[in-house]
Amino acid sequence: MSSASSTTSGAAKPASTRAKPASKWEAAADWTDGRLGIYSLAKANLRKIFPDHWSFMLGEICLYTFIIIIMTGVYLTLFFKPSMGEVIYDGSYVPLKGIGMSEAYASTVDISFEVRGGLLIRQIHHWAALVFVAGMLVHMMRVFFTGAFRKPREINWVFGFLLLVLGMFDGFFGYSLPDDLLSGTGIRFMEGAILAVPLVGTYVQMFLFGGEFPGHDIIPRFFTIHVLLIPGIMLGLLVAHLILVFYHKHTQWAGPGKTEKNVVGMPLMPVYMAKAGGFFFLVFGLIAAISAIASINPIWAYGPYRPDQVSTDAQPDWYMGFSEGLIRVMPGWEISVWGGHTLNLGVFIPLMVVFPLVLVSIAVYPFIESWITGDKREHHILDRPRNAPVRTALGAAWISLYLVLLIGGGNDLFATHLHLSLNAITYFVRVGFFVVPVVTFIVTKRWCLGLQRRDKEKVLHGRETGVIKRLPHGEFVEVHAQLPQKDLHTLTAHEQIQPVQLPAQTDENGVARKAGVLTRTRAKLSRGFYGEGSQIPKPTAEEHHEITSGHGHH
Amino acid sequence: MSHDMSENLPESHGSAGEVAEHGNPFADPGLPAHEPRRTDIDERAAKRAERQVSLMFVVSMLATIGFIASFVAIDPDKIVYIFPLGKVSALNFALGMTLGVALFMIGAGAVHWARTLMSDVEVPAERHPIEADDELRADIMEQFRQGAAESGFGRRKMIRNTLLGSLALVPLSGVVLLRDLGPLPEKKLMGTGWGKATQAMPLELVNMSTMQPMKAEDIVVGSLTFAMPKGLTTHDEDFQQRIAKDALMLVRIAPEDIKDDKSRELGFEGILAYSKICTHVGCPISLYEQQTHHALCPCHQSTFDLADGARVIFGPAGHPLPQLKIITDEKGNLVATGDFAEPVGPSYWERAR
Repeated sequence: MSSASSTTSGAAKPASTRAKPASKWEAAADWTDGRLGIYSLAKANLRKIFPDHWSFMLGEICLYTFIIIIMTGVYLTLFFKPSMGEVIYDGSYVPLKGIGMSEAYASTVDISFEVRGGLLIRQIHHWAALVFVAGMLVHMMRVFFTGAFRKPREINWVFGFLLLVLGMFDGFFGYSLPDDLLSGTGIRFMEGAILAVPLVGTYVQMFLFGGEFPGHDIIPRFFTIHVLLIPGIMLGLLVAHLILVFYHKHTQWAGPGKTEKNVVGMPLMPVYMAKAGGFFFLVFGLIAAISAIASINPIWAYGPYRPDQVSTDAQPDWYMGFSEGLIRVMPGWEISVWGGHTLNLGVFIPLMVVFPLVLVSIAVYPFIESWITGDKREHHILDRPRNAPVRTALGAAWISLYLVLLIGGGNDLFATHLHLSLNAITYFVRVGFFVVPVVTFIVTKRWCLGLQRRDKEKVLHGRETGVIKRLPHGEFVEVHAQLPQKDLHTLTAHEQIQPVQLPAQTDENGVARKAGVLTRTRAKLSRGFYGEGSQIPKPTAEEHHEITSGHGHH
Repeated sequence: MSHDMSENLPESHGSAGEVAEHGNPFADPGLPAHEPRRTDIDERAAKRAERQVSLMFVVSMLATIGFIASFVAIDPDKIVYIFPLGKVSALNFALGMTLGVALFMIGAGAVHWARTLMSDVEVPAERHPIEADDELRADIMEQFRQGAAESGFGRRKMIRNTLLGSLALVPLSGVVLLRDLGPLPEKKLMGTGWGKATQAMPLELVNMSTMQPMKAEDIVVGSLTFAMPKGLTTHDEDFQQRIAKDALMLVRIAPEDIKDDKSRELGFEGILAYSKICTHVGCPISLYEQQTHHALCPCHQSTFDLADGARVIFGPAGHPLPQLKIITDEKGNLVATGDFAEPVGPSYWERAR
């Protein structure tokens, strides 16, 4: 009805209260806003405030390398042939001439030697993948050690964890595609691991490979997984991760003017557009330069895959190194169960039990910590690692375990390069797997406590000025200077959580009441995290007052 | 804060800096005043920074031109010596460096611009709790309850149960479709290509490097030779699957040095034919120590004592390498008269131990 009346009312335009756009740009923006509603989107985001700290760039590195990987990967698919059909090589690389190989391998050699710039793009793709996984790991360390995973960011931590795991596996599938001698050995390793799964191992193996190892299906199937399935999931997770970063707003360090209820920094437009956008080009440029000077995965030197051939120094890409370490140092336990069935514990335990445990422990940590703490509040101010000694020590212990396993994964390289006994390294890793994380935990925790004491000392007694004063009676003292208030505030801004107490042994009527196992475990863990010996009480204003107002000689 | 605070948590949380207690030396002094940079107050410095940024963008343009020129001009096969890299592909080096410079300079210019010329005044923005307030929460809960009631999902149990049943069943079609990904394992992993050999029709061993039959006298003590069954060629459709199981590793050990009687009997005058495929995860074993008779897998360092029935003496492998019984035929060539007594390669659930 109303539309009918408006058409009959003549040439009058539908009413719009908006003023005439001042320029073509504004007109275009108005046009877009009328369809996509960009103005309300921009309201929250165009001048969104981002805090500044170098460690906040680590996540950006991951984002940018992911984009680089997608772009170079699309280029590579234009030339790569994911086929295991046999061809005889007749390209320009002389040592391989006349040798039978799969089309996958031949096309990868062609990308390297026939396509101009193909080798560069292959190397950028591979280098970016290494940086991507490394970036994710370091980014997660930053988030972990500063406690940025706490409420409300636990779900985003899990998204990040999934991205890390998917990134690792997509890397594995990716470097398996060229079907060279090294990557084929990696696939064989995976086949052996699958066979070790009880009950269904042989079925999974047959279905995955389309028959007996290696068959003709595994490269095309890995190709689909590598370029479509996993990147698709990762893209979704990545977008969700970024949306949450925007929605939660960034965390920030404690400091003057910074509270749990604000975020202090500079606006997205223009400063962060320029800095973050520029950083993409810096990362891309550096990876391109690395790919110009440092060869990676020279598959032409390995030759095509044959299941009865292998080279020494067979190593996976670094991020798979810890699983390689697990499998190398595990004793070869093989037991017979249920009347003649074989359970290959030597492969099953490291790859199907410990490997997932090492990873899943990352994913669940925020939930465990918030359960122990009983803390349901939002946290936007970061912890300094020293102020959460047990968390920091746990993280350091995890890293030390990871490093010990990397040594195990490269035991042959360590043996040949350092002239050590391979067996001795293996035994060391077997013991180190259990001992090194414990030692690291203890050392790190004490280290954190030491740093807390130093902070306390600085707050109460000021900083050392380096000025030595001689007192009338001959004594030499060093002059300490009070810290400015902003430093005093920063050093004391952290809160110190007190351990949860067990409920009273008897209730108000004097009837004995027993705490459950969970409650008692929680209280015990809470004492371990926040009890005496796990944190140094931070200086109070009274202590500070007493010292500064008293006999202030230092 | 709407929810209860546990008593173990400090109370100051969230209010830090809001109430600056009088005389508290640790109180939040508030955002420090902005300190101008040189480019903020000195117009000449700002001009200089502007020129620097533009210079970086110009260098980037030149590098892109260099990239295109390298692509056109440099022969892909050309190798050049570049210190300290050594001999490298000229094209890869030129393309990578020009692309790297072109990209890096855009980034460096943008960051320099942001750091020197764009405002660096830090401003606070308010945060809002992620949690909704109680009023909104109650409103949403009510809306949901109303929606749920209108759907009748809880009330009409028959619809609910049949819907859940159909949703639970429908993915089965997807699972069934996966069936043709591969064959069932059946006995495929049990036997190898040597199973074709019988007492009446023995199968010759072929030297993998010469592709010739092998005579016992050609194999000297201390040597290591790789062999495969006669009739298998590298161009066979199923060569990769066959060689992944049939590959043999032949060693000759002086009979008195062989510690395992059964192993000695399976061999021929001290020539022992072991599976080359490691029993750990299937790498081919290729390192042999002549003096100790130890064979080592280069992948995970499982070490087998070939003089003692290929017993595992180190590393993660779970059982010895299977040994193939060999004899000589009337021409004096080494032959097999049957398959391995046990499956080769990594162990699996159905494998009898």
